[in-house]
Amino acid sequence: MLKRVHFSKTWLPFLLVAPQIIITLIFFIWPASQAVYQSFLIEDAFGLSTEFVWFENFEYLLADEIYLQSFGRTLFFSAAVAFLSMSLALILAAFADRVVRGATTYRTLLIWPYAVAPVLAGALWVFMFNPTLGIFPYFLEFVGVDWNHYLNGSQAMGLVIMAAAWKQIAYNFLFYLAAMQSIPKSIIEAGAIDGARPMRRFWTLVFPLVSPTTFFLLVINAVYAFFDTFGIIHAVTQGGPANSTTILVYKVFNDGFVGLDLGGSAAQSVILMLLVIVMTFIQFRYVENKVQY
Amino acid sequence: MAKIKLKDLVKNYDKVEVLHHVEGEFQDGEFIVIVGPSGCGKSTLLRMVAGLETVTSGEIFIGDKLVNDLEPADRDIAMVFQNYALYPHMTVRQNMAYGLKIRKISAFEIDRRVNEAADILEIRDYLDRKPRQLSGGQRQRVAMGRAIVRDPQVFLFDEPLSNLDAKLRVQMRLEIKKLQRKLGVTSIYVTHDQVEAMTLGDRLMVLNGGYVEQFGTPIDLYDKPASVFVAGFIGSPAMNFVPTELKNGKVALPGGTTIDVASKGAGEVVLGIRPEHLVANDKGAIEIEAEMFEQLGANTLVHGHLKGTTHPFVASVPGHVSNESGTVMRFDAPKEQVHLFDKSTEKRLED
Repeated sequence: MLKRVHFSKTWLPFLLVAPQIIITLIFFIWPASQAVYQSFLIEDAFGLSTEFVWFENFEYLLADEIYLQSFGRTLFFSAAVAFLSMSLALILAAFADRVVRGATTYRTLLIWPYAVAPVLAGALWVFMFNPTLGIFPYFLEFVGVDWNHYLNGSQAMGLVIMAAAWKQIAYNFLFYLAAMQSIPKSIIEAGAIDGARPMRRFWTLVFPLVSPTTFFLLVINAVYAFFDTFGIIHAVTQGGPANSTTILVYKVFNDGFVGLDLGGSAAQSVILMLLVIVMTFIQFRYVENKVQY
Repeated sequence: MAKIKLKDLVKNYDKVEVLHHVEGEFQDGEFIVIVGPSGCGKSTLLRMVAGLETVTSGEIFIGDKLVNDLEPADRDIAMVFQNYALYPHMTVRQNMAYGLKIRKISAFEIDRRVNEAADILEIRDYLDRKPRQLSGGQRQRVAMGRAIVRDPQVFLFDEPLSNLDAKLRVQMRLEIKKLQRKLGVTSIYVTHDQVEAMTLGDRLMVLNGGYVEQFGTPIDLYDKPASVFVAGFIGSPAMNFVPTELKNGKVALPGGTTIDVASKGAGEVVLGIRPEHLVANDKGAIEIEAEMFEQLGANTLVHGHLKGTTHPFVASVPGHVSNESGTVMRFDAPKEQVHLFDKSTEKRLED
C-alpha cells in the first residue's frame, strides 16, 4: 500500500485538479448535457420556435429507414475497418518481429501513418483514386475495372474503408509488435525444438499469446471506426454517393449542420453516446478479466 | 540414443569470434556438463547443438548425421530452458503433448506417453493446471516432462536449476541425474555452478573465453587441472596460488622457506595448493597469518595471508579451530598434492 500524503491545507488538492475538472465540464459535460436536452426539442430551421417533445425525435429516428440503414452500414464499415487494419497490422508485426537488421527503421516507417491527420489521410486517398486524375483508376482501367467512387456506392465504401483502415494499421501494429516482443524468446525456441514450423508456431503460440492485445484492439478499433472516421469520410466522399458512405457519426453532422434538424441530430448523438459508454464498459469489464492464459 | 561429435567448431558474432575451434566427442548415453563463467560461450555452444544458433564453421554430428544445416525440429533433440519456457496458455498436459501432436502421433499413444512421463516425474496431479498455477519446482518438472515424452536422441539442459532455491536445486540435481541414468539418453548440461558440474557430469568440458580449457572426468579435473583457470574454477574453496621459482625439485616461498615438489624442471612457476590439502604441522614450511575463521561445522576455513606478504591464503582444517586474528599457523603440503603451472602459459607442468 502506498502511504497517503497529507496536505495541511485542504484546498490545495482541489486547486490542483481544478483545471482538468473545468475543462471536462466546459468541453465534455456541458455540451453532452446540451445534446441530451436538445434531443428532446424540435426546432424550426431558423431557431424561431422550439417545442419540447420528449422522445418524439427518438421514435422518429428508430422508425426511419434511412437511419436504420446507416446503422447497418456503420456496423459493416466498423467490422471491415477493424478486421482489415488489425489483420494487416498483425501480419506486419509478425514480420517486423523477425527482422534483425534495420528493425528500428522499419518500425519507424510503419508508425508514420498514425501521425497523419484524418483529413489529410483522406485527401491522399482522394488524389490516388480520383477517377480522372488518380493513378489507381488509371491502372485499374488496364484490368477492366471502371473506377468511379463518385457514382458507385460500393466503390466509395471500399475507398473509405481502405483509407480508414490504412490510418489505423500503424496504431495496431505498434501494439501487436509490443505484445509479440514481450513473449519470451525461449517459448518460441521451445516450439521450434518441439518441431513446429514458423506458420504453426505463429498460430499455436504467438497468436494465442497476443490474444489480450487482440481483444483490446478490437474495442479500440470499433470505437475508432464509429467515431473518429468523420474526417476521412468528409474528405473522401462527404457521405455520398446517395448516402452510401453515411455512417452514424457523419449523419449526425449532416442532419444537424447541413439539414438543420438539430433535434434529430442531437438524438442521434445521444444514441452514439450510449454506444460509446457500452463499448467502454465492455472494454473495462472484460479486457482485464476475460482474456487471459 | 546417439553419439555427439563436435569438429573444429567456430562461432562468430559479426566479426568477433566467441568460440574458438571447439573439439569434443560425447559417447552414447554419456552425461556431459559444459561449465564455465558467464560469457564463456557455453550457452552458445549448447544452442548451436540445438540448432538455435548458426554454425560459423566446423561440424556437429548427432549420431552419424551432420546436423549443421538441419532445423531444430529435425535434430531429434529436446531442451530444458533456464526459464522453463512452458507454453503459458496451455495446460501441463497440452504442454507435454504439443511436440507429439506435431509429429502426428496417435491420441492414444500421446495419452500413454504423457501419463507415463507424469508418473516418472510425479506431476500426475497437476496435468490439467496451467503453468502459472505451479511452483518453480513443479514447472521444472513439467519442462523435464516435455523433454522426456518426446523420447529424443539427446537432452540439452541450459542452466535448468538456476531459478530454484538452494534446497530444491540439490534435490532436482539428484533427480536429473537419476532420470538420465534410467533413460540412458545422451545429455549435455550447461551450468556455471561447479558443484552442479562435478556431481552431475560423467565428463566435464571447462570453457573459458571461448576456449576449451580441459575436458575430462570430474576427478581428473580436480586431481590434475590442466591450467590455472581450471584449478581455480574446480573445487571450493578455490585453490591458493603463489607465483614463485622452481629449482632443484624445490619451490621457494616468499617467507624464505621452501617446499619439495615432484617436478624436476626449473624456472618461473605458479604454485597451487588446495585449502583442503594443507596439513597442520608446527614445523611446516607454509606460514599463514590468520585473519578470519569461518566455522562450517565439520571443518574450519582459515582465511589469512602468507606470513610477511599480502598473498591471500586459505586453509581448511578439520574440526573447530578458533584463534586470535594475527596468529601464525604453520602447514605442510604433501608433495603429490602440490600443483605447478608455467607462469607464462598458465598450463600445468607435468611431473
